[in-house]
Amino acid sequence: MRVLGIESSCDETGVAVFDVEAGLLGHCVHSQIDLHATYGGVVPELASRDHIRRLPALVRQVLAESGCSLAQIDAIAYTAGPGLAGALLVGASYAEALGMSLGVPVLPVHHLEGHLLSPLLSADPPEFPFVALLVSGGHTQLMQVTGVGEYVLLGESLDDAAGEAFDKTAKLIGLGYPGGPQLARLAERGHPGRFRLPRPMLKSGDLDFSFSGLKTAVLNVVSGPEWKPEDAADLAADFQDAAVDVLCAKALKALELTGLSRLVVAGGVGANRQLRQRLDVATRRKGWRVYYPEPELCTDNGAMIAFAGARRLAAGEVPGMACAVKVHPRWPLAALRAPGAA
Amino acid sequence: MIHVHHRADDSSPLTAHLDDESDTASAGAALAAALRVGLVIYLRGDLGAGKTTLVRGVLRALGHDGKVKSPTYTLIEPYLVSRLHLYHFDFYRFAVPEEYLEAGLDEYFDGNGVCLVEWPDKAAPYIAAPDLEIRLTVSGPGRRLEALALTEAGQTCIRKLDSELSRNPT
Repeated sequence: MRVLGIESSCDETGVAVFDVEAGLLGHCVHSQIDLHATYGGVVPELASRDHIRRLPALVRQVLAESGCSLAQIDAIAYTAGPGLAGALLVGASYAEALGMSLGVPVLPVHHLEGHLLSPLLSADPPEFPFVALLVSGGHTQLMQVTGVGEYVLLGESLDDAAGEAFDKTAKLIGLGYPGGPQLARLAERGHPGRFRLPRPMLKSGDLDFSFSGLKTAVLNVVSGPEWKPEDAADLAADFQDAAVDVLCAKALKALELTGLSRLVVAGGVGANRQLRQRLDVATRRKGWRVYYPEPELCTDNGAMIAFAGARRLAAGEVPGMACAVKVHPRWPLAALRAPGAA
Repeated sequence: MIHVHHRADDSSPLTAHLDDESDTASAGAALAAALRVGLVIYLRGDLGAGKTTLVRGVLRALGHDGKVKSPTYTLIEPYLVSRLHLYHFDFYRFAVPEEYLEAGLDEYFDGNGVCLVEWPDKAAPYIAAPDLEIRLTVSGPGRRLEALALTEAGQTCIRKLDSELSRNPT
């Protein structure tokens, strides 16, 4: 079975073909980051217009790369939420219409399910059950995963997502958009420990996060009388240290509380080098293991959507009514059910 | 401790000093008591000034015990508490104000709820005019809160906010 996957929930337009026997045949992401960099932020409606323009060409390109034609596609999976309504609707309409014209089943997929299953696409995939740490610009969650569609929310951010905190802190320090990765690069040149930033909710006793106060602490530093722009690298290092401290501590606590030994880290912030180093060291010490998606599959992509759709179809999920274009801009992951479950 | 400054008359802005984050939340609670259906309130202030914290204070005081997330990513977070529709907007990510219209967000400003708007200028001139503006500015380790009424409904709100803040100097 071959599944065409389509992702268009935010900035990236992603398309992929996944074959249940042969694996990932091809995938391509058309990042809209350049467009946004000229404006200085993510642009919801511009993004949706861009998805419209780019989807047909991307599908042609990925099919060519995969060496297959539309007639060889057995099903289509698309991101139905959560995300920006306009952007989601482009992918949904395209997928449903294409599915109808080809006469193949079309499956709406949860964006975060795509992310948390994405490490299963790597050469050394984790087995169920595991704890998943989802960290991106829009989401910061810890989930207990016992199988496809079996997710229990263990904790989440009460305010800003971790990636949002990286981006906003970068802006406060004076870096461009998207500032998160730049902040991480700047942090490598700095020395942490000078600014004594807080570790929000580190000792809260639960698995929830809060990053808003950390951002405020950075604001207080940069608007204080002693702030010098040449200290930016040290402040970036301090911020990254604080954010990574909390992410690590809560992820390890989640493993402890669930009694599980496998941690999956997904989402854009999962590419952060310091986060990876710290998690690797801490889990090794306990005899646990961390799994990451392939680097190119950390950020939004179509491969994870094709894969999640394929897993669901293979497990017996029956797609709903033909050509029902319905998206869910807000959609709790824990609301999903396993394929075939009532 | 919230220090409310005395107002010369009804048309002058209400100003107060907030010592810390919990004061910002308390100011939100005071604002909650002063809300009426249909109010449009702009929230101004830099990243990290406490706009979302203020809104969290409003919602907690109204009885919302769920999460109050930053709407930066989602653009809008809607709430229904005590039969009051409260819409929390954040237009920080808009590049062009037309996106406000194209996203259909103007439909929320129909007078049937309370609209609290962060980064309203990014949706100007399309966004509805405010009844009042609340500005938070960094002031030492604390914040300075300034509330200015722009309509009669706004003035009523600020009078109530003034008495709430002065009554509960927590």
